[in-house]
Amino acid sequence: MMTHVIEKAANVPATGPLADALAMRGKLMDLTQASYEAALLPGDEGQVPAIVRAALACRMARICQQAGLSRHYADLLQGYGSDADPYQLAEPGTKPPESDKRLGAMVAYVDLVTQSPRDATKEDIQALMQAGIEEADIVRLAGLVAFVNYQLRVTAVLSVMGETS
Amino acid sequence: MSRVIHKFTTRVPTWRPHITPIDLDNATPAQQEALKETPSNTKISDYVLVLAHDPESLRIRTSLFNGIMYDKGGLSRDERELGAVAASVVNRCIYCAAVHAQRYNHIVGDEKVMQDIFLRGKEADLVPRVRAILKFAMRLSECPPNVTQSDIQGLREVGLDDQEILDLTLSTTLFGWANRLMHTLGEPVSNT
Repeated sequence: MMTHVIEKAANVPATGPLADALAMRGKLMDLTQASYEAALLPGDEGQVPAIVRAALACRMARICQQAGLSRHYADLLQGYGSDADPYQLAEPGTKPPESDKRLGAMVAYVDLVTQSPRDATKEDIQALMQAGIEEADIVRLAGLVAFVNYQLRVTAVLSVMGETS
Repeated sequence: MSRVIHKFTTRVPTWRPHITPIDLDNATPAQQEALKETPSNTKISDYVLVLAHDPESLRIRTSLFNGIMYDKGGLSRDERELGAVAASVVNRCIYCAAVHAQRYNHIVGDEKVMQDIFLRGKEADLVPRVRAILKFAMRLSECPPNVTQSDIQGLREVGLDDQEILDLTLSTTLFGWANRLMHTLGEPVSNT
């Protein structure tokens, strides 16, 4: 179980009622881990490179103030080398240079849909298209943002529950 | 011309994609494989055909979705739907809120709870257990997510055990995931 990113980041206890509850949902926690691999370490990354995915995931973890996953994604990014994140996108509030329209549009989407998905409109998808991002890559990006936001919240609850069980 | 719906409703709207759905006749083997199972075992929708642009994720996500919402034991079916609606209200995903409010109403055989939640959100007049579940799920869905020992304690006080709290967490956060796809990759429109 501790090979799963969420359980490790949340530091869940190995025994007790929470461990039993997770064991009962073992298949779902395995599928959650498989979803992590599909979003962060995909076989077909399209035009959304795994390195960029790691940087954006780290940014989302920090926006959501999730300590365990912020550490996990910082480590994942560091594993890609010291030049992996030249514009420090892992740090909330940063932007790539104006000349990189694709990356700029992707970062804007990540920030909006992490912080305030209710405010997303058709124009936000059109902005990605106008920046030259293909439809399949928009779906890949949306899938990454949506998954990481799920993962961050599951980890947040398990971290708090694990403290007392 | 159909118009975009901005208000919560239990009448399920049509979902109009902003991204071209894949063409089923020209689907790759990986896409065909990912489309074998569908969420809640419904027919292959435009939504699923949009997500099929990324078959690697879709194939896993559908199994996970169905397991979180339907696997036996733990939290009751209606309370899982309540978590789904709470997330959809916070994220203002009109489509997801409609589908899952309707499923909730069907299970409990009453429409009052959802009417009140759509009208008043966290301030809805509800029995303590429903109120506690709604409050927890809405706070968890915010950004950054709000979850503290007292949030967990609030659920324990109305009788939820660890298994039920885990199941509620999974159904609520699964909809944080679904809302971010459905509400951004398309929009709900009236059926006529």
